[in-house]
Amino acid sequence: MNDVPVAAPRPLVELTIDGQTVRVSEGSTILDACRQEGINTPTLCWAENLTPVNVCRVCVVEVENSRVLVPSCARQAEDGMVVSTDSERVRTSRRMVYELLASSVELDRASAEVKDWMVHYGADPSRMGDKAEIATVAQPPKVQDDLYVRDYERCILCYKCVEACGEDAQHTFAIATAGRGFGAHISTEFDVSLPDSACVYCGNCIGVCPTGALVFKTEHDMREEGTWDEEAQHVSTTVCTFCGVGCNLELHVQDERIVKVTSPADHSVTHGHLCIKGRFGWRHAQPDG
Amino acid sequence: MWAVDPRRSASAKFADVWLGIDVGTDIALAHGVAREIIAAGLVNREFVDRATTGFDEFADYVDEWTLERTEEVTGVPAAAIREMAHAYATAPTAQILWTLGITEHHTGVDNVLSLCNLALLTGHVGRWGSGLCPLRGQNNVQGGGDMGALPNKLPGFQDVEDDAARAKFEAAWGTSIPAANGWNLTQMFEAMGRDELKALWVIGENPVDSEADANHARALMERLDVMVVQDVFMTRTAEMADVVLPAALGWAESDGTVTNSERRVQRTRAAVPPPGQARQEIDIVAALAEHMGATDWGRPTAEELWDELRPLSPMHTGMSWARIEEEGGIQWPCPEEEHPGSPFLHGRLWENPVGGRPAPFSCIPWQPPVDELSEEFPLRLTTGRALDSYNTGVQTDKYNSPIRTGEALDMSAADASALGVEAGERVQVSSRRGSIEMTVAIDATLQKGLAFTTFHFPELADVNKLTSDAHDPKAGTAEFKAAAIRVDKLETLVDA
Repeated sequence: MNDVPVAAPRPLVELTIDGQTVRVSEGSTILDACRQEGINTPTLCWAENLTPVNVCRVCVVEVENSRVLVPSCARQAEDGMVVSTDSERVRTSRRMVYELLASSVELDRASAEVKDWMVHYGADPSRMGDKAEIATVAQPPKVQDDLYVRDYERCILCYKCVEACGEDAQHTFAIATAGRGFGAHISTEFDVSLPDSACVYCGNCIGVCPTGALVFKTEHDMREEGTWDEEAQHVSTTVCTFCGVGCNLELHVQDERIVKVTSPADHSVTHGHLCIKGRFGWRHAQPDG
Repeated sequence: MWAVDPRRSASAKFADVWLGIDVGTDIALAHGVAREIIAAGLVNREFVDRATTGFDEFADYVDEWTLERTEEVTGVPAAAIREMAHAYATAPTAQILWTLGITEHHTGVDNVLSLCNLALLTGHVGRWGSGLCPLRGQNNVQGGGDMGALPNKLPGFQDVEDDAARAKFEAAWGTSIPAANGWNLTQMFEAMGRDELKALWVIGENPVDSEADANHARALMERLDVMVVQDVFMTRTAEMADVVLPAALGWAESDGTVTNSERRVQRTRAAVPPPGQARQEIDIVAALAEHMGATDWGRPTAEELWDELRPLSPMHTGMSWARIEEEGGIQWPCPEEEHPGSPFLHGRLWENPVGGRPAPFSCIPWQPPVDELSEEFPLRLTTGRALDSYNTGVQTDKYNSPIRTGEALDMSAADASALGVEAGERVQVSSRRGSIEMTVAIDATLQKGLAFTTFHFPELADVNKLTSDAHDPKAGTAEFKAAAIRVDKLETLVDA
């Protein structure tokens, strides 16, 4: 929001999206162009502070003369491109992706946006079979410490946590995908416990997780107790106290208690990323921890 | 990225190259790099000729710092020094960033000046992507200085001893301001020793645990007639106080601003109410002022105080409260409302002709740490921080970090084995000022002769009973980074 321009403005390219002519600066993605035009497009593995990895396929669009659907989050807009974001093929594909994900993964704690899109596309995961009988990633949550919980029955393998842990933010490389096919999962090296891994507990993985697979321990516990109430929460933006970088903190407060901390992805100081103290060091703000 | 650090810190591991410098030889290394840049013909002559003074004298002064001599003093291989000098001088843009490893020495100010010399030699200052940056250890170190929380400055770094500056503030505030500089922290402790400082009001600081040579500091504080401590927790300093004023947390329970290392003024906002009788710090100060007879202060809001500052401090004048809100922070100087703020300083050095005074080179002697190594105290102790903890632990001991290793004296494997001590063993650690018991940890990356500890757990290990209060004569900063210690096995002491 307060970057200093250092390069010359880029030339514009002109494309057609859903029959409208759209001009965007060179290097923009189709998703950028859609958002500029107010064309709402679902995403799961995309985030503005991460490099696209094109794995979730919910943002796919149809591009004329392209054999396959293309991921709008990664594909750059080109001059003369003709894009459809709401063709039958696109709608079917998006619906199938949601159905396949939701049939094997627990999505009940995904963001409201995910649920809205599933309704929008009429996704019916139950047509893949009864969850009790088909293959799912159901498993108990990994609760190792007081800071965060890894609840991998909610993991859609979007890679965002891997990217945030790796070269998009923290450069810690504590986690990666292990296994193949349906057995693929997020793991530390040799599946060691987090404190024994390279993890520095920055929690930047939590910051980007779209489905509630990685959550603050506070949020996990409150959800289990049935006291988590986002309607009753307010968010206040302030500056972390623990060093001179000036990371912005969004304090999520319920009943006058901080229940979790996020950071705005569009802020130039750290683009949404924090360290262990900023994300988890707020307990001293509540008398009973 | 090049990391210069006595320890192979997390940043050093991240860097492309790590130079494991001996503690307290920073000026020697800077001089060695400067001489190599000069000898290799890599000086930015155009910049030096136009924007600096004293180059010839400086070049003569550092001429003795050959790569060989620099290696001998710093412990850094000559080839690595040469490579860093060339990489820095030839990079299109380059920054030097530092933390307390540069400033917590008895030559702290000179250490910084020796780094400034390098930026001047190469023109790596005053332009986008190049510069010098002290990375601050708290969210408002910069802002505290900006607001005049220094003994010789008024808000906006205007000099207390400048009659015109003082007159401006006196007119605005309707009061007189003492015409002489006050005492810095070190001078305040010295004044306690002379019984000239009899009353102390400590706001958000825990000197009982954080001061160097803690036994001495505590003895001086015990001489005071009265001590008032204003803090968010009952620290060990607060336990010594006659009066404790419970305060609201600055970052979560108060509205205000803080200024980060890049001079960006940003808003803090109250998210939760302060507990019990804790009050906003502005309220506490205003209420005390009222008791002292200042009846016209009222209870100003953070915004009202900010608006009081703006006309008095030219570097803040353009930052309206609304702009700080909207723009997510503004970097000073920002003299007018239309000014976008300043992403870097010293651009004047690139103006033609140079705007203002050219920048002087500094001829600075290298001096080793005050606390000398000896047969009795053969190990060098340097103190620092761990990623998950903060200073004396007052805030961070309230959350359970899975990566917290706790109180420990990190030793090299060579030193531990020479002493016959093992990881986890309790030992006695002594300096010329005091002795404490600590737990040994082996850090395979430490060089022989170097020991390290954090001071996050003062109730388990009063590390600052060991550190030296030898301090920089200009800044008053104590030499926390270089104590001479000995380590003794407890059983040996019992036998003796």
